[in-house]
Amino acid sequence: MLAEQIKDGARLALPSENSGVPVAVVRALIARGARDLRLVGGPTGGFAIDLLVGAGCVASVEAAGVSLGPRGLAPRFCAAVEAGEIEMIDSTCPATHAGFIAGEKRLPFMAVRGVFGCDMLKNRSDWTVIDNPFPPHDPVVVVPAILPDVIALHAPMADEAGNVWVGNRRELKTMARAAKQVLVTVERIHPGNLVKDSAMAPGLLTTPYIDLIALAPCGAVPTALPPDYGPDDAMLDSYASAAKTREGFDGWLADFLGPDGAA
Amino acid sequence: MSEYTREEFLIATMSGLFGDGRFMVSGVNSPIPAAAGLLHEHQQPGFCVSIHGDPDRTPFVDGGVEPFDMAAQGRLDTFVFGGVQVDGQANINLVSIGDPKRPKKRFTGSFGAAGLYYLIPNIVLFFPSHSRRSLVQKVDFRSASPQAPEGAFRQGGPKWLLTDLCLFRFDPATGGFELASVHLGQTVAAIRDATGFDFVLPKDVPTTPEPDAATLSRIRGDVRDGLSVAYAQFAKDCIKTPGS
Repeated sequence: MLAEQIKDGARLALPSENSGVPVAVVRALIARGARDLRLVGGPTGGFAIDLLVGAGCVASVEAAGVSLGPRGLAPRFCAAVEAGEIEMIDSTCPATHAGFIAGEKRLPFMAVRGVFGCDMLKNRSDWTVIDNPFPPHDPVVVVPAILPDVIALHAPMADEAGNVWVGNRRELKTMARAAKQVLVTVERIHPGNLVKDSAMAPGLLTTPYIDLIALAPCGAVPTALPPDYGPDDAMLDSYASAAKTREGFDGWLADFLGPDGAA
Repeated sequence: MSEYTREEFLIATMSGLFGDGRFMVSGVNSPIPAAAGLLHEHQQPGFCVSIHGDPDRTPFVDGGVEPFDMAAQGRLDTFVFGGVQVDGQANINLVSIGDPKRPKKRFTGSFGAAGLYYLIPNIVLFFPSHSRRSLVQKVDFRSASPQAPEGAFRQGGPKWLLTDLCLFRFDPATGGFELASVHLGQTVAAIRDATGFDFVLPKDVPTTPEPDAATLSRIRGDVRDGLSVAYAQFAKDCIKTPGS
């Protein structure tokens, strides 16, 4: 099983909400009782991060934001930060993107515009300001490469040659190339080889980058997987409401895991 | 009964702040900025708003990084930021109340604000619940700040702070706010009482103009229709029906 590849303590990159969130893998991680995961949002997070935090699988979260989008704050994430149960490493979207781009190129760091004066720059020992070596020698914020141990993502399809179509989510390609191990679940297998299809090829994460592919229909539900399906509003509403309390979350999670899912 | 809703007033007032730029992006959970952008499309030829959650109004094909690159290229002119707190130096907080390591209350996180604060020329800060809890002397966490070292690259920054009570103008030279106008029914004294930071008070403070009939009709027509994909419930609840 694909989730077994993700070891306790791993630095695990996850796509932003509605961009290929691997919910089926997240569910398997929780069922297994994964511990001490160090999550990196790409660059933000939502349902899956809240679920993993609530289930006790997480040591730290690095993200530019964690929320349930239109449903407001991510309740288990917020509660865990307030209780000091997880370490929160705050970022800002363009800095996380820059870190993944550096990781993809195996450069030590990347510069990012702006970001001066904020408390992320003050609090994070891994972000700093350098002088542009070229005229006009202006100060520039730099952030280190993000090199996740593993990324898990869900995509609409893989082809028979093992290429995965992620569509216009270019950051998924960047994140996957930055990661040391790439695990993908897909809705379906497409006959043939999409590399030869010039309309589809730009949206491919090709075989050399991928370690494992598994078939997982509805593998991103309840989050949306454009263009295949939108969010499952009823399921997300029930989560947002239940997860406001510890007891409500535990009950919701038990239903979500089902009778075979006891940790 | 008032001739317009609170939201209609804020939409009309905000749209007047969007200036002569060409492109605006409205973010997650931002119905009033999205509506103000749609209204501004009628007031400013060539202006266009991208609305998060409306695929027909999302011209991004290269993933999440593209809007940030676009901002750096100077192709994104207008953006509206909210938050939990704003202070008198235009620092905004989207992260937490109390010590950030062990906060009393944790919120979402800073999203793109820290970078965009230097890149987008026309930034409007929007705090629709004006009180000493949200307009504070010093924010508990700086998610974005205009305070950069000397010589830092800057092609944008905060320009306005719009609340449900008044409008402030940010002065980059002094690094503080000036009261630009008070909304109908408000007084300078009431604004002072509700504001946790000091601001410059000009001799004469005008009243924020009320939306005229043509503007209200536009809001209740094209703008209401334009919100139907991303913010149908908001349009139904907060914008009157055409002709009412």
